Amino acid sequence: MKKHFSLFSQYAIGILFGWGLIISGMSNPQKILSFLDIAGLWDPSLLFVMGGAVLVGLAGFYLAGKRSEAFFGGALHIPTRRDISRPLVIGSFIFGAGWGIAGFCPGPAIVALGAGHLKALVFVIAMFAGMAICERYFTAHRKQV
Amino acid sequence: MQIDWLSFTPIPSLVGGMILGVAAALYVLLHGRILGISGIVSGLLHPKQGDWTWRLSLALGLLSAPFFAALFFGILPVVEVDAEWVSVIIAGLLVGFGAQYGSGCTSGHGICGLSRLSPRSLVATLSFMTAGFLVVFIIRHLF
Repeated sequence: MKKHFSLFSQYAIGILFGWGLIISGMSNPQKILSFLDIAGLWDPSLLFVMGGAVLVGLAGFYLAGKRSEAFFGGALHIPTRRDISRPLVIGSFIFGAGWGIAGFCPGPAIVALGAGHLKALVFVIAMFAGMAICERYFTAHRKQV
Repeated sequence: MQIDWLSFTPIPSLVGGMILGVAAALYVLLHGRILGISGIVSGLLHPKQGDWTWRLSLALGLLSAPFFAALFFGILPVVEVDAEWVSVIIAGLLVGFGAQYGSGCTSGHGICGLSRLSPRSLVATLSFMTAGFLVVFIIRHLF
């Protein structure tokens, strides 16, 4: 029973996160690109998205830090690495380059796909291909954040 | 720098951002994990017993978010993609590869990482923002 609640909770949090992306404007690639275009007509909205998210997130992770177990059971899977590695920086640069080309990142692309946008479908397929290529040839046994 | 006042949406963006924060907080408290979309969905690529359905549930939630937003609030997500098909494919490949190689994306590093004051995530966030600024500058102003 608890397992089913846990899966439903995953689903519900997915919806909630999706709503956050839709309401904040993050699900619109054009709005992302307007934020990234500091030399053109700049839309600073994304700063407010990050600000709001981190404000609430700080409280959430502070509370989580005092717990040793998750509500649905099991230990907390919080990353413990602190080293600034080359893959971290290079990977993030590559990620950011792709983000700047189309204005899509993983969450918003999946939401846009759910809204029936064909380009989002193509993006998501290519994204999985990119992940598979990386796993196959570069990070065969590393774990994700 | 010129601010695009017509497109600027401080209130919805702040509210939407706070909802993202609530989702990330609930996720770590209930499920004990970082709500990093790239990390969660990349695990769908290699199904393992007991490590697949939860990932799928989360992804299905994201997929059905627009439907329920329309149903409950009458909100239809605005999705404007100016990029050509080829650019969309290249962007997808780079985003997927980069998120995997850099251990996270805008949600895992950006929202969750900054919220838990992770130095790795701060570096990752600064890196992908810098790359995003550069690429948009090159595409929109140099060509």
